[in-house]
Formats: sequence, C-alpha cells, structure tokens
Amino acid sequence: MARAASPRRRAAISVLAWIVALLIFFPILWTVLTSFKTEAEAVADPPSFVAFDWTLENYFVVQERSDYFRHFWNSVVISIGSTIIGLAIAVPAAWAMAFVPGKQTKNVLMWMLSTKMLPPVGVLVPIYLIFRDVGLLDTRVGLVIVLTLINLPIIVWMLYTYFREIPGDILEAARMDGANLRSEVLYVLLPMALPGIASTFLLNVILAWNEAFWTLNLTAANSAPLTAFIASYSSPEGLFYAKLSAASTMAIAPILILGWFSQKQLVRGLTFGAVK
Amino acid sequence: MNMRAVLGAATALTAVGLTAAAQDATTLTIATVNNGDMIRMQALSDNFTEQNPDIALEWVTLEENVLRQRVTQDIATGGGQFDVMTIGTYEVPIWAAQDWLLPLDDLPADYDVDDLLPAIRSALSVDGTLYAAPFYGESAMVMYRTDVAEQAGVEIPDEPTWSDIKAAAEAMHDPDNEVYGICLRGKPGWGENMGFITAMANSYGASWFDMEWQPQFDSEPWQAAMNDYLELMNNYGPPGASSNGFNENLALFQQGRCGMWIDATVAASFVTDPDDSTVADSVGYATFPSREGVDNRGNWLWAWSLAVPSSTDAEDAAKRFVAWATSKDYTTLVAQEEGWRAAPPGTRTSLYQNQEYQAAAPFAEMTLKAMQAATPENPSVDEVPYTGGQFVAIPEFQGIGTAVGQTFSAALAGQMDAEQALQTAQQLTQREMQRAGYID
Repeated sequence: MARAASPRRRAAISVLAWIVALLIFFPILWTVLTSFKTEAEAVADPPSFVAFDWTLENYFVVQERSDYFRHFWNSVVISIGSTIIGLAIAVPAAWAMAFVPGKQTKNVLMWMLSTKMLPPVGVLVPIYLIFRDVGLLDTRVGLVIVLTLINLPIIVWMLYTYFREIPGDILEAARMDGANLRSEVLYVLLPMALPGIASTFLLNVILAWNEAFWTLNLTAANSAPLTAFIASYSSPEGLFYAKLSAASTMAIAPILILGWFSQKQLVRGLTFGAVK
Repeated sequence: MNMRAVLGAATALTAVGLTAAAQDATTLTIATVNNGDMIRMQALSDNFTEQNPDIALEWVTLEENVLRQRVTQDIATGGGQFDVMTIGTYEVPIWAAQDWLLPLDDLPADYDVDDLLPAIRSALSVDGTLYAAPFYGESAMVMYRTDVAEQAGVEIPDEPTWSDIKAAAEAMHDPDNEVYGICLRGKPGWGENMGFITAMANSYGASWFDMEWQPQFDSEPWQAAMNDYLELMNNYGPPGASSNGFNENLALFQQGRCGMWIDATVAASFVTDPDDSTVADSVGYATFPSREGVDNRGNWLWAWSLAVPSSTDAEDAAKRFVAWATSKDYTTLVAQEEGWRAAPPGTRTSLYQNQEYQAAAPFAEMTLKAMQAATPENPSVDEVPYTGGQFVAIPEFQGIGTAVGQTFSAALAGQMDAEQALQTAQQLTQREMQRAGYID
C-alpha cells in the first residue's frame, strides 16, 4: 500500500509543479505581453514586465494589413480535414493490426514510423513537382492530403495502442451475438475507444495547426494558413517584434482555447491504459 | 416558354457573364519581403488598382530567408505561383543567366530608366539588359553618436580609415555606463555576419577567390581584416556579439548602447526616427572605412527589386505593376502620404536632387556617396572572376557563405582564434568549390 505524502512534501511538489509550468508557459506569456507593447518597448533593455504603456495598436495594424480570418479558416479546414480523413483511414488499419495481427504487423508498424524519420525537406522537391503537375499547389485540398499523409503514422500508432488495451474477448462476444464487422467496430469498439480517439483527434488537430514546413512551402496567397500569417511578420531588417507577437498571439489563441476546454479529454486519452 | 426554360436561360447568361468578368480581371500574386518600405507599398497599392481596374493584387509577404527559399524553389521548378517576385542583387545575375526572369527592356518611356543610380542599374542588369526594377537600395556606412564622440573628444572623419574607427571605438567605449564603442554583425549567415565581414575584407584588399577560383583566406589581407574585426568586437563590442545581426544592433543603437554602428545605409532612417530611437537627434555619418593604402570602401550594394518570372501567365499586368511600384510617381505618392523621409531610398538620382528630400533626410548625402562609391562588378582590389560586393554572385555562395559565417561567429564567441577560423574557412571553401567543379 502506497504511503500518503506528507503535507510538506505535497506543498513542495506543488511549488515545483508551478515552477515547471511557469517555465514552460513563459515564452507564450512573454509573447502575449510583447504584443501589447510599442516596438521600442518590445526591444527595451532592461525589459519591463507589466509597467509599460499597454496598447492594442499592434492588433489593429495586423488586422488592417492581413486578412486574419482567411488564414484562420484555411487553418481550420486543413487541420480538421486532414485529421478526419486520417482517422477514417487509421481506424480500420489500427483495428486490423490490434485484433488480427499477422506475422509482419510489427514490421509494418515500424515501417510506418520510419517515414517520420526522414527530414521533410528530403522529399520537398518531388512533392512540389507532383503538386505542380496535378495543380495542387496553393490549394487546401493539397495541404489536407499532405498533412493527412505525414500525420497518419502517428494516428495509426496512437489508435493501435488504445485498441490493444481493449480485451479482444468483448469483440468476440459481440460476434457470437451476431454482430457483423461493421457493427462490431461501430457499436462496440468505437464507444470503448472514444477517449483514445478523441485525444488522437485533438492531438492531430494541434499538430496540423502548428505544421509550418509544408504549409509555408506549398502555399502562396489562396490556401495560406496561420503559420504563413505569422511568418509574414518576421523580418531580419527592421523591428517588428511587437507586431510579430500580436500575430503569433492571434494565431495560437484558437488552438490554446481548444486545448484548454478539452484538457480533461486530452489527459484522459493520453493516459488511457497507462494504469491497469 | 415555361419557367424551367426561363430559369435555365438566366443561369446560362449569368454563368457566361461571370466567366467573362473572370476572364477580364487578372490577379497578380506578388511575393514580397517584410520590411517597412514593402509594407508601405502594399498599403498604397490601391492607387495602382484604381489606375488599373482590370488587375487585382494578392500579396504573399514572408520573412527574407523564407521568401528566398520559397521563390527560388518556385522559379527553379517553374511552379508559376508568383507573377512578381521581390529579389535582391544576389539573385538577379544568376537567375537572368538561367532565363528564369523576363527582361524589363520595354518599360514605358516616362519610367526614365536612365534616372536609376548607375551602380544599382548595373547590378540588376545582365549584358546591359535590365532584369529587375529596384524598389529600394542600400550600401553601408558608419553611423555614430555625435554626443558620445564629442564627450570622448574624438572626431570621426567623413572618410575614415580602420585605424580611425579603432581609435574612436576605444575612446567611446564606456561599458560601465553600457555604452559600447562599436556594434557590428556577429550572427552567422551569408547575409548576416558575412555581409559585413566580406565588405570589410574587400576594404582591406582581400578577395574570396583568385582568377582560378582558388579561395584566398590564407592571404595577408584576410588575416589583417579578421584580426581587426575580432579585436574591435572583443575589446569594444557589446557582450554576446556573436548573436547580433542587423536587428539586434539596431535595437542597441536606438537605445544608445552603441558609440558606432557600421551597417546598411537603410538603418539611418530607423535610428533617426524619433518614435523608435532615443538617439534620433544625435546621429552622425561617415563612409564605410578603408585600410590605409587601399583604395576600396567595401563595395556593399544591395537593392530589393521587383522581377517578373518567366513562368508567369500575366506578363503585361506584372510589368505594369513593376513599373508603377518603382516609378518616380510612386516616390511622389509616398511623399504626399507619409512625407519625403519615407520615400524608398537608393534607387533614383532624381530623389537625391530633390531639395525637400534632402531637407527631410539628413542621411541622404552620405547614402548617395556610399552607393556611388560601390563597384560590385569589381569588388576587390585584385582582379576577380566574380561580381557582387558583400557577397559572391555564384549559386554556391549561400551554402559556403553560411558555413564560413558559422566559423567566424565561433571565432567571435571565443571558440577558436582568427588563424584557426581562416584555416577552416579555407578548407571548407576549397572542398565545396571542388565539389561544385570550379577547381580540381
């Protein structure tokens, strides 16, 4: 039986947790604070934490210069679209590997994971040429396809891990009761794996939302998402730190809010099967 | 005629009308870099679309390095994503030689191509044909705090030598009060520290290659330039200088932390902007330094320019836009809207003859002098097989320049001495030039 932690020990762990959380959160906090400064205050040395003239000017300038909502909508379509298609492909794949494993299942899983080991720039030119030839450059469809493919190994792996925690006997019982494959997956497997599927969905939306290599390289004016929106405010010749911070805050705000409201689901899904 | 037929006819007519309207309007996709002048152009572009209602503009604004990678990838593969590209003097000769750019030899008569500054026009031309129109141009010069210089009892001549700069840095250096004698670029990158160090080496009589494309880092001028660069920065520079690029030094200078700063002339408009700079009213200027006995002031020359890729399907509209954005009328438009001080500098002779501009921009005379002194077609004292001032205009330079820049930045950070850094630079440049087939 585990020994209960003393109040002093619990307080120390809490303080440590707060310090670690603040360290992790500090870059985001600093970005948000900088977004309310003037450009001169943004680079002032020593920097001021809260004692500066707070201004919303950077947000007005960013909104005036860029079409935030178009970039936002592109991000929504690309991240949710690629995740839904990825799940539709990954659920049957993970089911097959978890419940009907073959001799090569482990090798297939490793092979899928190995596709993530190649730096994306290694395949940039061939993919760019293919996209050029089939007219997918600067289209949301093209980005959905690419992001689906690059995130698919992660989706399959996560679902495979969740499915393996579900006893195969339950599925067998359903089959004995007359359930066909479709009913077995839809009415038995999916409800039981819902926390895992939900956390996979959320994690992949976040990954797709933040993906900056392909979304910068395959887009121009029409399908550019919020990553391109941020990149348009970075400059090596001229101080744009406050505006860059405002653009970054606007870009990460939706995904932060989504993460905040779904944190219970995320934690539940990510720790699914961790304790038996 | 029944209702279904009427509806069908109406739909068909609408479709035909919409198709015709779509065919009339040409949409130009313009790839541009994020800086103050370009953003101003974007804001003023309604003036162009009012004059050209058949053309719509879409902007793709990116950070300089991302933009360079993006447009290079597109033009090299014939992707056709952009109709107008913002490129620099490095890309123009290389891309024009590949037939990737359309010649701008049919600009309207009132464009007055002869008004372009000769050095800029030459840098953007291949065999006498213009391939990109300059939007703004820059050279490099010394910017210094007149109040700190006066307090330290030093006078910086209009055409200083590196000995003058060293003496002034020593006199102005006051680390106890967080004022450092000199701020120079140290952040690695072919367009960061290597921009400055290459120009400095040129002014010492050094060159990257001899006529046989053999690297020259083992020469005396390179050793002298590198020793002086490290001595200046180690003794009179700000702490952590190996991480400082243009922006970091700009922030330091604006906050009064630098006695001197040697960098792009375009910085003068930033450091004299009273909204952002605490030292706006006490900035003096001098030309890029030279070494005693060497008649060369670095030859730094850069112009952000607008070019039309040969992969565009809207050649006429793209050229109309390029002509508008780089015209004298555009300069006047900027002056009307935001004052003469905001006019894009460094491209046209007429701007520097304008009394109102000279009154509004105290740095105008020195900027013009610096730009006129630059001869990027002959950057070094010795004869060399390449063009370019603070860079070498060959495709391999981005990779080699960045690798050498990392070595020099490591030397500045104290990880190696000047001799080791130059040896490493010599070896890696030789290896890359052999791989590229320039030398055996």
